[in-house]
Amino acid sequence: MLLASTLDDISIADAGLTALLGYAVVFAGLISLMIVITLLGKAFSAKKTAAAPAAAAPVAAAPAADAAPAAEPAAPGTAGQLKLHDVPPKTAAMLMAIVADETGKPLNELRFTSIKEVK
Amino acid sequence: MNIGETLLNLWNSSGFAAMFQGDTWKCAVMLVIGCVLLYLAIVKKFEPLLLCGIAFGCILSNLPMGGLYHQEIWDAFMDADSAFYHSYGYVMKNGGLLDIFYIGVKTSLYPCLIFMGVGAMTDFGPLLSNPKSLLLGAAAQMGVFAAFFGAVLLGFSGSEAASIGIIGGADGPTAIFLTSKLAPHLLGAIAVAAYSYMALIPLIQPPIMRALTTAEQRKIKMVQTRTVSKTEKIIFPILVTLFVALLLPDTAALVGCLMLGNLFKETGVTDRLSDTVQNALMNIVTILLSTAVGATMVGSNFLTVETLKIVVLGVVAFGLSTAGGLLGGLVMCKLTKGKVNPLIGSAGVSAVPMAARVAQVEGQKANPSNFLLMHAMGPNVAGVIGSAIAAGFLLSVFG
Repeated sequence: MLLASTLDDISIADAGLTALLGYAVVFAGLISLMIVITLLGKAFSAKKTAAAPAAAAPVAAAPAADAAPAAEPAAPGTAGQLKLHDVPPKTAAMLMAIVADETGKPLNELRFTSIKEVK
Repeated sequence: MNIGETLLNLWNSSGFAAMFQGDTWKCAVMLVIGCVLLYLAIVKKFEPLLLCGIAFGCILSNLPMGGLYHQEIWDAFMDADSAFYHSYGYVMKNGGLLDIFYIGVKTSLYPCLIFMGVGAMTDFGPLLSNPKSLLLGAAAQMGVFAAFFGAVLLGFSGSEAASIGIIGGADGPTAIFLTSKLAPHLLGAIAVAAYSYMALIPLIQPPIMRALTTAEQRKIKMVQTRTVSKTEKIIFPILVTLFVALLLPDTAALVGCLMLGNLFKETGVTDRLSDTVQNALMNIVTILLSTAVGATMVGSNFLTVETLKIVVLGVVAFGLSTAGGLLGGLVMCKLTKGKVNPLIGSAGVSAVPMAARVAQVEGQKANPSNFLLMHAMGPNVAGVIGSAIAAGFLLSVFG
């Protein structure tokens, strides 16, 4: 019995079994956590998509004269479109990383709408 | 008054005289080792915030006649037959300054408070946006259990092997937490090995990463993950605490503190607490923890063949954990038909955020337009939870 032999003088066979069991327990724990987090994420995504049409309804009811040309709807959960003006994507990515570093905020908490080179 | 006799007495009561008596040559060697560690911390910048304190603690506790740390008090404290078994009162009454510092290690207070600071500094957003990262954090615990097995093969007891194995978790507070409970006599060697190897991650990991992945795999660009809402981030620490602490109650202290710190960060209404935990508290505890851990490096405990074995097993544990994470990454790469860059698996070895940075650097070397940092942060923070679970398992078996 493994737990009966969990004394300091552990045999090599028991050590091997303990190692395998330990690795399996870590996997089992984190897989279970992964399932819980995935379900939590799905619940929030579903809540967000359910709220989106409700929020869009009043906009649709507004007078057509006031309405701006309809923009492409953003995918659920995205931070929207980033417009680059004369800035290559690589430079933009570097700039965003620098801003995140300087402000001490993670990138997924910042929203960049456009990046333009000042000439 | 006899001046000659007074001077002789003064000399005899000095540490210089004691240095040349009996077994105290080991103290001299430890003083040199302390200076070498200081050199590594100050000049080579190996985890200086911790190694500086560890090195100086080592110097202080090995000063002959210094009386700052008493190994014999802690031996009595651990001896079930002693009248002072588990007597903190005895330590307080008879101990030196570093003995009193060490009470915080012995009670696991410092590692838990450090974990609270780590929690307050960690953004679990990348993990929440891609929960599959947890699998990589689990895979990267391979080194923990492989080194545990290796340590048993090398003749260590189960408790000692478990403490050595946890070096592979690349998580200093977890290693100190577990070792102080299972094998306190190995604490100095294990802490120095763990922090030294964490500092050497940019040197240890890249060759393994290049050996286990192809250039094409390293070039893989990953798509941006979804944005995580604030409510999710607030629920996460509560959920993890309940789930992990119920699964493995031995991890409740570590995981609870980690998640409490994270909750302070995410609530938005406890900014002052979050700031204190991240800065003032973290700095104070780092000073006490590092000095106390360094104090345990007394010559009689440290200058042994076991220390050399620990150093070797530690690097094996780190290497195998990196390999385990990469293998996990390769499996995910295969299953997702090339959507996951396997390099992010190497970040599963905790060591936040160093391991994620190494994945970013290696990914960018293969493809300059590759930005893996945010993707690697998921496995990186998953590794922290994974190593805490591994420690909880080992503690429940050997504690």
